[in-house]
Amino acid sequence: MEETISFQLNGKQTELKIDPTQTLLWVLRNNLGFTGTKYGCGIGFCGSCIVLIDNEPVRSCSVTVGEVKGKSVVTIEGLSKNGELHPVQKAFVEHDALQCGFCTPGMIMNAAGLLIKNPSITRDEIISGMEDNLCRCGAHVHIIDAVESAAKEMKGGK
Amino acid sequence: MKNNKTKTQVSKKNSGRRGMERRDFFKLVGGGVVIFFLPRCAGDPVPVAEPGKRSLPKDYNAFLKIDEDGTVSCFTGKIEQGQGINMALVQMMAEELNVPMEKIKMVMGDTELCPWDGGTWGSLTVRQFGPNMRRAAAEARGVLLELASNKLKVPASQLVVNDGVISDPNNPGKTFTYGQLAKGKKIDKYLDVKPEPENYTKYTFVGKSFKRPDAGAKVTGKAKFTGDMRLPGMVYARIVRPKSLSGKLTSVDYSEAEKIEGVKVVRDGELVAVLHENLVVAGRALEKIKADYSYDEIGVDNKTIFESMLKADSTANVEESAGDNEAGFKLCDKVIETEIHDPFLAHAFIETHSALASFEGEKLTVWASSQTPYPLQDALASHFSMPLNKVRVIVPFVGGGFGGKSKNQQAMEAARIAKACGKPVMVIWTREEEFMYDNFHTAGVLKIKSGIDKSGLIKAWDYHSYFCGTRGAEIIYDMPNHSITSHGHKEGTPRVHILDTGPWRAPNNNTNTLGRELQIDRLAAAAKMDPVEFRLKNLKDQRVIDTLKAAVELFGYVPAKKYPSGRGIGVAVGTDVGTMVAEIAEIEVDMKTGKVKVIRIACAQDMGLCVNPHGATMQMEGCLTMALGYTFTEEIRFEGGNVIDRNYDTYELPRFSWVPKMETIILDRPDQPPHGGGEPAIIAVGAVICNAIFDATGARLYQMPFTPERVLEAMKKA
Repeated sequence: MEETISFQLNGKQTELKIDPTQTLLWVLRNNLGFTGTKYGCGIGFCGSCIVLIDNEPVRSCSVTVGEVKGKSVVTIEGLSKNGELHPVQKAFVEHDALQCGFCTPGMIMNAAGLLIKNPSITRDEIISGMEDNLCRCGAHVHIIDAVESAAKEMKGGK
Repeated sequence: MKNNKTKTQVSKKNSGRRGMERRDFFKLVGGGVVIFFLPRCAGDPVPVAEPGKRSLPKDYNAFLKIDEDGTVSCFTGKIEQGQGINMALVQMMAEELNVPMEKIKMVMGDTELCPWDGGTWGSLTVRQFGPNMRRAAAEARGVLLELASNKLKVPASQLVVNDGVISDPNNPGKTFTYGQLAKGKKIDKYLDVKPEPENYTKYTFVGKSFKRPDAGAKVTGKAKFTGDMRLPGMVYARIVRPKSLSGKLTSVDYSEAEKIEGVKVVRDGELVAVLHENLVVAGRALEKIKADYSYDEIGVDNKTIFESMLKADSTANVEESAGDNEAGFKLCDKVIETEIHDPFLAHAFIETHSALASFEGEKLTVWASSQTPYPLQDALASHFSMPLNKVRVIVPFVGGGFGGKSKNQQAMEAARIAKACGKPVMVIWTREEEFMYDNFHTAGVLKIKSGIDKSGLIKAWDYHSYFCGTRGAEIIYDMPNHSITSHGHKEGTPRVHILDTGPWRAPNNNTNTLGRELQIDRLAAAAKMDPVEFRLKNLKDQRVIDTLKAAVELFGYVPAKKYPSGRGIGVAVGTDVGTMVAEIAEIEVDMKTGKVKVIRIACAQDMGLCVNPHGATMQMEGCLTMALGYTFTEEIRFEGGNVIDRNYDTYELPRFSWVPKMETIILDRPDQPPHGGGEPAIIAVGAVICNAIFDATGARLYQMPFTPERVLEAMKKA
């Protein structure tokens, strides 16, 4: 049964009439056109569909759109502010932390979430925090470097 | 340049391939200076086409164009899948034409705009395509200098080029940009020349490090992959599949599925698809379909396949041989026999196979995650009996390929369904479909028998590969008596590989390098020699020797007093289509659990001229990281024609915490042709870890991957 669901999407109030049991991933991609969030496995294992829900990194293939009612959802498209890349995005470019780029949105969203929770994150904590995001091209070292340098930048270069 | 033979006009024969006259060609691409070229050298034999497939063209398969606005474009059927050729090729062109890199545009993988190409694989782009593209760029430069020379009334040899601007040093006030010179021109030339080694000492762009040009699009979600495309009226298709690969559809009832609002089911022979504008709804409707299949009995599974390979009635081709092995074995003091089993592997790129197909009037357009847009165009044209120029294939960003996006099954499905339903159709394979219908790294068996004399020299080498080819098995050691035999499928016998097989990053080189380097290591242990010293004593290929020495220095390797030494250090060398690698790794084995942790790995690579050291280093690191999967966890289990591992939960890819400290070095070989570096570093990781486990524990493993259970089992036997 369809119902009206409203939530904040990338800072904007969004409302749609939809079956609330649909997965958030496909609602974002199909109904709302935010295709930066990727499908990789559908069972919450690869992390390429990660978005922030109330600042928490969540695998959007494993939550329904009904569950985000009244919450704030941020996708990769909503991470930059006023045309300025988020420090994690900037660091991914600077460190060439990607190859094919398909896992990249999920990597960046997960890292952004980690840094919100723990601004003083250590390299080991970054590794364990990113552990469940899969990258097949093998850009891992560059990704860790990027997240580490973004963390430093967000703390004011300390 | 003086050897260049150029034709000033496109002959009918040449333009016919594209079904296009010269005037039409310029209508499509606009005016300017155009140089056509081939990915191979003139005079090289033209590969023979397989029946029903197009051969490599005799005239051209790419072109380079100087636009009226000064933009330099290179049109090629190659595709970018993360490997970074979209930067390396730009560097090579900027170098030759002396233009800023921002002025260069790569137009790739669109069958309507680009000439035919067989596909993107085998580290071929930089190795084969690159030098010819550079020649074409040099040719274009020559044409532009000629044009400027006519305008300035001074010989071309007197002119200089700087950042795409031609000037006469004696008359610096008067200059021409490439754009000004190309304006209003319709000049086209053929490049028909064998590239010669050049003086590589004054490079500006080539040999310098550059980052990816597409990172900005990829970090913002703006980069469009096939599954992100959208067309008006488009529907998503979910396909009805059997439980096992051998299933043949006997009956299907989709009345319940069609009760769901907006759902349509179409059938084209065996292909039954559920359509809806919302993928989730299509997926729910799919579950309502009742389909019956008949299944073949398939007795072979992932455990018994190796035995079935050895028992199969196969062909035996001696691919390389010298001397007399029988006489060689008589000279041996120690003879060692080894049998190695290597399983099927999934490509497991994160982007599953996707395609969007749309018929508009008499024209079919297909967007596909594919490494082979032209063979796909051929297949579509032939399936629908359409002329080639009515079928367009476009490859957007590709989310990883590694050889696995070469068969295009999903694109054929999308097109057939689009034809059946009359709407644009998107097919995005689920991960579970991916693990069933992807083609897999070829499982295989190696049997190697070899021996050394009392002085530790290899006197006999008898190498047999079963159903996994011999790429990487080349003789790089001094082996006066040797033979390499490949056992393969014999016509008229049942297929040995139950699963579909295809290229998987450096196809089968992982297998063969493991085989050779494990055997060499056993010989070293038998000779009671340090494994590096044993290799240096027996190697004959100077490039491999130099590469190994570079790895030794990079790692800071100290020879072992005895072997195994207990230190957990392994070494392996290898060669992949002209590139040499040497790797030394240090590991730790948990003696209780059998779990192996790689502490560090040093990798040296001689890839000839390295166009983009940063890009090449990323490829090396990517190879070393990806290889941890086939070394420790990846193995496709199957039973009764059904793949058991259907998602990442049981098919485990390398993770962040697995990645060791990686040190890499690329040997400085600017005077050598480029050999490419997308694959080589992956080939020796299985071997180097295998040898390190032996050094740590004295246990030898002969079956990939090296799971904790297998390590413990081998330790018990040691």
